[in-house]
Amino acid sequence: MSKVLVIAEHDGETLNPSTSRTVACALALDPEAVDVAVFAEAENKPVQAAARLNGVTRVLLVEHPANRNPLAAVLAPQVAALARHYTHVLAPSTTFGKDVLPRAAALLGVPLVSDIMRVIGQNVFERPIYAGNALETIEAPPGIVVATVRTASFKAVAETGSAPVERISLDFDCPTHTRFLRVEGSSGGGRPDLQSARVVVSGGRGLGSQENFDLIYALADRLGAAVGASRAAVDAGFVPNDLQVGQTGKIIAPELYLAFGISGAIQHLAGIKDAGTIVAVNKDPDAPIFEVADIGLVGDLFEVLPALLDALRKDGS
Amino acid sequence: MKVLVTVKRVVDYNVRIQVKPDGSGVMLDGVKMSMNPFDEIALEEAIRLKEAGKATQIVAVSIGPQAVQEQLRSALALGADRAIHIPLDAAPQPVNAARALAGLAGRENPDLILMGKQAIDDDCNQTPQMLAALLGWPQATFASKIELNDKAATVAREVDAGLEFLSVDLPAVISADLRLNVPRYPKLPDIMKARRLPIETVTPEDLGVEFVPEAKLLKVAPPPKRQAGRKVASVDELVAALRERGLLS
Repeated sequence: MSKVLVIAEHDGETLNPSTSRTVACALALDPEAVDVAVFAEAENKPVQAAARLNGVTRVLLVEHPANRNPLAAVLAPQVAALARHYTHVLAPSTTFGKDVLPRAAALLGVPLVSDIMRVIGQNVFERPIYAGNALETIEAPPGIVVATVRTASFKAVAETGSAPVERISLDFDCPTHTRFLRVEGSSGGGRPDLQSARVVVSGGRGLGSQENFDLIYALADRLGAAVGASRAAVDAGFVPNDLQVGQTGKIIAPELYLAFGISGAIQHLAGIKDAGTIVAVNKDPDAPIFEVADIGLVGDLFEVLPALLDALRKDGS
Repeated sequence: MKVLVTVKRVVDYNVRIQVKPDGSGVMLDGVKMSMNPFDEIALEEAIRLKEAGKATQIVAVSIGPQAVQEQLRSALALGADRAIHIPLDAAPQPVNAARALAGLAGRENPDLILMGKQAIDDDCNQTPQMLAALLGWPQATFASKIELNDKAATVAREVDAGLEFLSVDLPAVISADLRLNVPRYPKLPDIMKARRLPIETVTPEDLGVEFVPEAKLLKVAPPPKRQAGRKVASVDELVAALRERGLLS
């Protein structure tokens, strides 16, 4: 029977929703135990949040002053030290998991399986290659399986559990060659998290400017949605990088995705393949986004967006 | 300062790949191959560091069959000073690519290793982190800005929460994200000149690399296709369609 270690992602205040989806992937292994490791400076809210995730056996709180910020060079040796007690080590395939887990796998001398989309067997997994234009099924070699989980492929678990919390102290050489300076984030304006939002409103190059993106923000606020953007919109400086949806940005699976002025480059489409309903508004009837959109509207977004806001205001949605 | 840049030969990013009917892989016969775009960004950054007087030597390295020398020649044409080919029948998976590169780093002693954050064929996003682990060096992945001094680098990293700033001691491994720079194109005379430049060959045996077991490929399949839905003619129809699906509460 397998024993799975899930590496929690958190910012000291909240447990990132990707952790819950990673636990869901762990449960697909039909394991004997799923432990969630929270690396932190001290006990915090994410520890309690992890304990509530259904299916979690234990929460391991690993306290260390250097765990204040998630530095791969600091975390990887701790993950590797814990890993020896498990058959599988999983982390979300977010920039956090992608940074830390390959480093831990290398310390363990094993390969890493990136971006699990589906669990087929204890060491057989499906994952995307070529920006999601093909799916490969691979078998990890015997030994500990270390993998990141494509969180859009798994549904979050319920939060009615009450797993015990155990404090673990690890003996490891804490490197001093890496210093955390700061994070500059787009505050998000109190909007839902892009990677776990039920509805996402996204804008592309067609918006034309940073100011025009206000139309996207207005619709998002009307719908209680998160805001996303295409790579073209980020490259043009309309919005910060953390809003980018796509193969090299965030891969998301909202119930409803509304794309305005996004042509639908392959790498963007790779980021929204798992969305429930895709709505596309574009003035170019031949834009590739229409090939995947469930509902398409050919039109000028500068007319459609205000009209849509108006229509939603009228019927109180 | 000596900078090592890794270069992978991949299917050109403009090619729409096709899965082989027998599911054994994707079709590569007659398909245009290029330098991995993220590696081009890493190389461009090295060239800019040299132009700014910070780097003194750029060494490009690639692992795989003879054909990877084509991408090494591209690197020479763009501005690499030396090119090293580590011959293997096929490109290794990240766990072993990192082992080979760690061996080479032990021999070349670079002050900085610049790599693309991922290759656009396997999309693994692992080798830089693994290499940094094997060398015991700091890593700064997904870099969108690098400021270098003699002993350390300040790196802006594109993370899910925004931009994270790290300071790492040198030597370090830094992986390039999209917005680090816009790579230049090689000039024709430089391409011609690069054809005559030597490429050094260093075998894994020379480097004493011990490979470990890799994951086994069982099958490659095309992804399930999303079907195009319907077009609506007006905003009112759009709202009605969303309401029908229960998507407006």
